[in-house]
Amino acid sequence: MTTVTAPPPPMVSGAAGEHGHLEELRHDPIGLMWRVHDECGQVGAFELAGRTVVLLSGAELNEWYFRTPDGLLDQAAAYPFMTPIFGKGVVFDAPPERRAEMLKNSALRGPQMKGHAEVIAAEVERMVADWSGEFTIDLLDFFAELTIYTSSSCLIGKKFRDQLDDRFAALYHDLERGTDAIAYVDPYAPIESFRRRDEARVELVKLVEAIMDTRVAAGPPGDDADLLDLLMSVMADGKPRFTADEITGMFIGTMFAGHHTTSGTAAWTLIELLRQPDQMAAVVAELDALYDAGGEVSFQALREIPLLEAAIKEALRLHPPLILLLRAATEDIEVGGYLVRKGDLVAASPAVSNRLTPDFPDAETFDPSRYLEPRREDDRNPWTWIPFGGGKHRCVGAAFAVMQLKAIFLVLLRDYRFELAQPSDSYRNDHSKMVVQLQQPCAVTVRPRERST
Amino acid sequence: MKIAVDADLCQGHAMCEVEAPEVFRAPSGGPVDVLIAEPGPDLHDAVTAAVKYCPTRALSIEETA
Repeated sequence: MTTVTAPPPPMVSGAAGEHGHLEELRHDPIGLMWRVHDECGQVGAFELAGRTVVLLSGAELNEWYFRTPDGLLDQAAAYPFMTPIFGKGVVFDAPPERRAEMLKNSALRGPQMKGHAEVIAAEVERMVADWSGEFTIDLLDFFAELTIYTSSSCLIGKKFRDQLDDRFAALYHDLERGTDAIAYVDPYAPIESFRRRDEARVELVKLVEAIMDTRVAAGPPGDDADLLDLLMSVMADGKPRFTADEITGMFIGTMFAGHHTTSGTAAWTLIELLRQPDQMAAVVAELDALYDAGGEVSFQALREIPLLEAAIKEALRLHPPLILLLRAATEDIEVGGYLVRKGDLVAASPAVSNRLTPDFPDAETFDPSRYLEPRREDDRNPWTWIPFGGGKHRCVGAAFAVMQLKAIFLVLLRDYRFELAQPSDSYRNDHSKMVVQLQQPCAVTVRPRERST
Repeated sequence: MKIAVDADLCQGHAMCEVEAPEVFRAPSGGPVDVLIAEPGPDLHDAVTAAVKYCPTRALSIEETA
């Protein structure tokens, strides 16, 4: 190992008390990260409970960040708030070699997508089956429950999904709320959201255990066997290899990355389109043309739907579900002329990078046309348009997520009209937890749509 | 049109194979095999879609004269 002699990166203003910028990270993380960028430039630091976090921005440093191997920038060590949620031994993410291996026969490979599209369309229809007349829905509650069903059905199996109800979604939400950045001090700190997180996990294990009991009682599975049947059939020393607790941890882990992310993006796509009625009209017209051409939603969701896809991308750019991506440095490294010390956290921020100019002209404006020919600002800025991250760790579910969002809107906008039910600027994200969610209330009005065909 | 692969980034999602099966063979775990490095005009649309839908942005097109 060579000795790095570069100076440490500049520290942003505002550190307070023994935990540095922790309090600010818990209240206004995006404001903190922009201040790092504005005061320090493309390499700057803040202090998180005794650890230095080196925040990078800009295409060149982001590319370095995303291409640097796990041996140097370790992802597993950077997210201590996930361990109590998944349980010990279930990792937030796997190293690239393992990820590549896991993709073998994975539910996320291209050839599986058509089946998933059918499942998702059916789940949306099921959620709206009892909708009638005019009423309001809460976007967080609605999309969070829907995406529990879609992700469990696609990733674990329809049989398992059919044994779930809204209790699972409510408990899962408590897990996601249990991601206070205080975890960087103590993941088991005695605070309300952690207490609820741990209770929710216990209750989820009980739900899964009850489902496992029904499987045992039903005898050997038939053609409808799902991942739960498979895991239950694995034996070691004449006994089941996995406990209900371990299986629940695996399921929580399997569903986590695709849940709050897709749920939030669905909500923000809808909110942004409702804020700009002309954009909504253009997307509805685009979808109407597809319906008129015929074909199932599951078929349409796999095809190009340029305006809807652009609206989804723009919601992702302005409201990235993950605002801070973290790795831990395993040795001293020089980055952009500065020293990152072993043990420091190194970060890239989709919330900052996605709004950098000149990469994204008029960056604060929701403008789906930036993805159309000839602008294609996502393709032109692969290292700053980073709602899905980048490099080997780029979101493995990106294609699945976009297909899912297309299927959701193909159904919703075909049969319903939506309206904002509260002031346009009152829809915002709650940034008090590391898992960002829409702040409630976030209501919209729904009414059936009369299509003139 | 010439296809370039960034083997560092490919994870074997096989979205390219779905879009242009004549051109790409994506073994599980990658990296992808490009069966036709310089596909003819009849394949340009399919290859363009494959590049666009690659979840890891491992593919790009170099325009040839």
